[in-house]
Amino acid sequence: MNPEHIREIIDHHEGGKKAGIIPILEDIQSQYSYLPEEALRIVAEKTGRSLVDIYGVASFYKAFSLKPRGKHLISICLGTACHVRGGLRIAEEFERQLKIKPGETTKDKEITLETVNCLGACALGPIVTVDGRYFSNVVSPKVREIIHKARTGLDRVDIKTDERIFPVEVACPRCNHSLMDRHHYIDGYPSIRVTVSFEFKHGWVRLSCLYGSYSVDSEYKIPDGVITNFFCPHCHAELIGASECMTCGAPMVPMLVRGEGGMIQICSRRGCKGHRLDLT
Amino acid sequence: MISLTINGLEVSMEEGTTLLEASRFYGFPIPTLCHMDGLSPYGACRLCVVEIGQGANAKLVTSCTYPVEEGLQVRTASSRVVKARKMILELLLASCPQSKTIQDLASSHDIRQQRFKQEFEDCILCGRCVRMCEEQMAAKAIGFRGRGEKRSLGTPFDMKSETCRLCGACMYVCPACELRCTYTELDKAICGGCANLSPPCLEKNSFDDMMCYMEPCVACEVKKD
Repeated sequence: MNPEHIREIIDHHEGGKKAGIIPILEDIQSQYSYLPEEALRIVAEKTGRSLVDIYGVASFYKAFSLKPRGKHLISICLGTACHVRGGLRIAEEFERQLKIKPGETTKDKEITLETVNCLGACALGPIVTVDGRYFSNVVSPKVREIIHKARTGLDRVDIKTDERIFPVEVACPRCNHSLMDRHHYIDGYPSIRVTVSFEFKHGWVRLSCLYGSYSVDSEYKIPDGVITNFFCPHCHAELIGASECMTCGAPMVPMLVRGEGGMIQICSRRGCKGHRLDLT
Repeated sequence: MISLTINGLEVSMEEGTTLLEASRFYGFPIPTLCHMDGLSPYGACRLCVVEIGQGANAKLVTSCTYPVEEGLQVRTASSRVVKARKMILELLLASCPQSKTIQDLASSHDIRQQRFKQEFEDCILCGRCVRMCEEQMAAKAIGFRGRGEKRSLGTPFDMKSETCRLCGACMYVCPACELRCTYTELDKAICGGCANLSPPCLEKNSFDDMMCYMEPCVACEVKKD
């Protein structure tokens, strides 16, 4: 850890005067993957707050870690739906194979294991995510394979070079209702209909179901760069997952892929082409 | 001045006072635990609940944090309040049955049995010590850490704090860990002198973990002579 670097981060946030200390801690966490003790002391000193307050915030939020974390993060969902489908057994299997408890990191600093309370894909439970990629309907025999994939690094498809174009049929990951709208076609295929809200506006949006196409039709014009909240038109649950867009950092919107089974995630920022497809 | 009704009595208080202050000023007792004069209101223990409003809109609020309002109807001892308070006390007693303060509060509220599993916690997270340290001692050496079940009190990183002056104010105000009798042997948690006197409050097998609350301590007085 470089104290100068921490000071730079704090200066960048104007000493936390505008938006408080959470953005500072988030930046440090994203740089070092955890919050070193020395860094917290510098934050306390530079922002003029007591160490007790900084430590209180850092230990309160689950997003912050006070212990070094591994290169890869495995999150096991123990939300209600995944729990009743045997998420706990999956978690135990991971604990047994990695020989660590949730919240700990393996000795070789490769993998951090954690349990989370919902990853927003209840219909596909039990869910496990590795570095933001979804593994659905996980069963105990699949655990070894997932750990192996996490260690070798998941082959990331480079979005720019990915020129596959094919239609997908998606459903809400919470209620499993189809999001396809067979009365409105975009690109010659049924569109995907969801509700979005942004800047106090609330209306429908139809997306092209062609993987690789970015055609959109919406009730209100969404300005470029605006992050919108997506909702299921059936159960009205917000479509929000745990991962962030690799391109712009906005939250990703998960949707369930019918047929093949798997998850597709699209960036919630208008104009950003960040997306990710995980087929089982 | 703001006029309101407390237990049917029309009273008027200055703006900004809390229901607790108003009630106590007019002679209606409200039990408190996390509240302390000189410290900011916190509303953690919920013991000071009172009922406000009428009919279906009636609700329980913590009087230590609720400011007086024009035309407010307050009941400090309605059956709902008493019931809620007894339940809170029973739960507090279950989490920290060794605390003299909580024992006294429980007995004065007619709690005669213990329905819940006793946890013997060291801390009830009332936040008195945290506020004492910050507001009266201007030190801010201790604070809350973690959340939910894992919430605890202490210094950052569990290390000796540089800002702590060892004033002892946190222990002085703590309702759970009141300073124990040490007589002349400071390294012992309890002098044990009172063991021979066997007062009814000390009927326990082991004395290692005991606290003595007699003031002045009978045994200490005897030893002095």
